[in-house]
Amino acid sequence: MSARAKSFAARLLVYAGASFSMTVLLFIMGYILVRGIPHLSPALFAWEYNSENVSLTPALINTLYMTVLSLAFAVPLGVGAAIYLSEYAKRSSRLVKVVRLTAETLSGIPSIIYGLFGALFFVVTLRMNLSLMAGALTLSIMILPLIMRTTEEALLAVPDAYREGSFGLGAGRLRTTLKIVLPSAAPGILAGVILGIGRIVGETAALIYTAGTVPEAAENLLDSARTLSVHMYSLASEGLHIEEAYATAVVLLATVAGINALSAWTAGRLGRRSNGQI
Amino acid sequence: MAKFEIENLNLWYGSHHALKHVSLSIEALKITALIGPSGCGKSTLLKTLNRMNDLVEGCRITGRVLLDGQDVYGGMDTSLLRRRVGMVFQKPNPFPMSVYDNVAFGPRTHGIRGKARLDDIVERSLRAAAIWDELKDCLKKDALRLSGGQQQRLCIARALAVEPEVLLMDEPTSALDPISTSRIEDLVVSLKQNYTIIIVTHNMQQAARISDRTAFFLLGELVEYGDTEKLFSLPRDKRTENYITGRFG
Repeated sequence: MSARAKSFAARLLVYAGASFSMTVLLFIMGYILVRGIPHLSPALFAWEYNSENVSLTPALINTLYMTVLSLAFAVPLGVGAAIYLSEYAKRSSRLVKVVRLTAETLSGIPSIIYGLFGALFFVVTLRMNLSLMAGALTLSIMILPLIMRTTEEALLAVPDAYREGSFGLGAGRLRTTLKIVLPSAAPGILAGVILGIGRIVGETAALIYTAGTVPEAAENLLDSARTLSVHMYSLASEGLHIEEAYATAVVLLATVAGINALSAWTAGRLGRRSNGQI
Repeated sequence: MAKFEIENLNLWYGSHHALKHVSLSIEALKITALIGPSGCGKSTLLKTLNRMNDLVEGCRITGRVLLDGQDVYGGMDTSLLRRRVGMVFQKPNPFPMSVYDNVAFGPRTHGIRGKARLDDIVERSLRAAAIWDELKDCLKKDALRLSGGQQQRLCIARALAVEPEVLLMDEPTSALDPISTSRIEDLVVSLKQNYTIIIVTHNMQQAARISDRTAFFLLGELVEYGDTEKLFSLPRDKRTENYITGRFG
């Protein structure tokens, strides 16, 4: 085969791969939108849930609570751990390797196992009952390795030349980390957070046994609360409200898109502000 | 007068003996060039002067490095040391922030606040680095969008902003084009009025052009040290002669 033909074949393959993945995504989105949008009725957004309107509003509110709460636990811990691993610990130390291996192993565990653990530990042993708190703690453990690994990778990708430049001016490790390394790594860290949000919003197995399925907006941390995904799961598994389940999926998609846009916007602002103040 | 007095310095990276019994006295307000082939220890020596080697795992040092008679390794605060002994790196490494914030980073590190004072320091530093005229209208510009030569002069301005006494330059022009290189050389020569400059270079013409004193290193040893003119015209050591005439390296 001539070089020209080869390059043509390669290009064909790349385009085929790209368009195939695009098509699959568009097909799924389209399918959900087409089946869901016609069933988006005002009743579905009623403030209170009842078995007639199967309203998703309480679940939507719970999803936001669950996301914010889980991130509030997981992000500081995960980012902190990653900063330790990449900026403070010796790069060849045993501890770093053990922590990394642990994180990798944890991220490969099926979520139902986190659910089981959460049910036994938070719900039973710590007597939190089925609650927003127990669910959020379980999910934060679940996404902790993800946040930690992506943050660590983002930090390690920051060129050492920046660190040298900062140390060379007499800045200490803390200042170098906070003012030089973290702002440069912010987009990468954000990508990890967005992945984390995706897992929180999409999780069902780990939540059914920790946060429960009460279809009402939680009023405090120890209330049971079903999120949108759990809501969808309930609707679909009961088999009586398949159309509403599709409509809920549309709202779920929109929610995820909204949360991602919001976090991108926040990170953009944060990056700018910290740059201005250094 | 000697700014730096290096006495019987030995340095190991793990088991690699990178500097061997180096003794050297660096004169104040002069340009001292460190030359030699790659891996001869010249950059390593430079980094011991402001203790950047502290960051390297497995680095071990014996001997003494005196800055104005004070032992750099005798409990001197590294932040203070690096304020007095600034550094410019081989590859321009401006921080990913504005020109202004790059220059102000050092002063801010050392507790200088207040816009008027910082404005003044930024302007003086950029002027001293001969880049004020080019950048005065775009102080808010992202430093990463400057050209390579501008970036390196910005890094020099950034180093000058903390008012150091010594400037260490680790092959500051090796990543630059000839025009930028000659600008930086002119700048370095003009800076020696106020700063003691130690420059590592593997460009012998550069060492001959700008430096007052030259030290030639080979395999971690200081082979010859003396006035630049003498060292290049009448080298005492055969190895120096071979190197500067281009027989190896």
